[in-house]
Amino acid sequence: MIRRRATRSRLTTITLWAAVVLLAPWHGAGAQPAEPGVVGATGNTAAGSLDGNTQTPLPGKDPVLDERVKAVSKVLRCPVCQGESIQDSPADLATQMKALVREQMASGQSEEQVLDYFVAKYGQWILLEPRAEGINLLVYWLPVVFLVLGTGLIVVVVKKWTKPVPATDV
Amino acid sequence: MAMNWKRALLLTAGVGVPTIALLSFGMTRDPRQINSPLPGRDAPAFTRGVFATGADPMLRMEVGDTVRMAEHRGEIVVVNFWASWCLECRVEHEGLSMTASEYAPDGVKFFGLLYNDKEEAGLRWLSQMGGQAYPALSDPGARVAIDYGLYGVPETFVVDQRGQVAHKFVGAVNPADMRVLLDSLLKANGPSQPVGSDAPVSRTLPAGGDGS
Repeated sequence: MIRRRATRSRLTTITLWAAVVLLAPWHGAGAQPAEPGVVGATGNTAAGSLDGNTQTPLPGKDPVLDERVKAVSKVLRCPVCQGESIQDSPADLATQMKALVREQMASGQSEEQVLDYFVAKYGQWILLEPRAEGINLLVYWLPVVFLVLGTGLIVVVVKKWTKPVPATDV
Repeated sequence: MAMNWKRALLLTAGVGVPTIALLSFGMTRDPRQINSPLPGRDAPAFTRGVFATGADPMLRMEVGDTVRMAEHRGEIVVVNFWASWCLECRVEHEGLSMTASEYAPDGVKFFGLLYNDKEEAGLRWLSQMGGQAYPALSDPGARVAIDYGLYGVPETFVVDQRGQVAHKFVGAVNPADMRVLLDSLLKANGPSQPVGSDAPVSRTLPAGGDGS
């Protein structure tokens, strides 16, 4: 009786532990922790009069374009913010980048072309979510590898621990 | 019991050492340093208007003149992004301005691009700082800034005679570093002068030039 209970409580501990260990990498690999406006950095000024484009449809005039611009702006990192997309940030540079995205898309560029433009200028860093290629694949696959390894480990360990112990305890 | 100690030690070593190694590797990296993809590639072309003339007679341009990057092929061009609200820009200003005058006889061109600021504020700042050897250009909509992958000011790009970005300075430029770079570019690629012209100034080339 005592043995059985001890085993069970041990099992619970292991399971909890395993859950923590397994969930940790998932958490790390997940979305960017949003921390809006922690540091204003250098971006914000009072210069509101600097608008470069005039021939692109204004926001609200073309709902389809609006949606496409929004989708792209959501995955582009605002360079003067902390882990914020240019869609979410009110910083000048973010607003100007959004205007540029709108202009490029209005002139017929695809989502991929616009993203490529920003990657060519800023590097992969500008993408909030790393592209699944090269070394970045680690971020995507390591959690899965850990999950499999961890599950295997638990199975092995639990099997070992729940094996009846010969009564030779001191 | 002895077994358990051994195991604990092994586990600590197996888990702890790699973790510490990984973390200490992380300490050697600066997450704020973002490597620009631009160096080694063609410098983004721009066409921008002058709003402050520049004090050095060899660099001076008139207000309203247009700077076309494409016309400066063959020349070393230093593009500095700045703003009146930028503190680090004060640090580098004098040294940058002096370096510009120093290298003007070698044909090196300097341009300051005003980033997210009003021209009046920029002009006021320039007179407060005792003027500037090279012309200042405006950049409406920060288009040129974005084209150069700017994420703060000051940032300074040095474009070599082949039209490629040779180096990007992040933060205040140390004049000594700039001199080393300019000297090495002059030495490696020959004199800094416009391609295909004997005339030293080619400001008014037709826009439809062959762009080579």
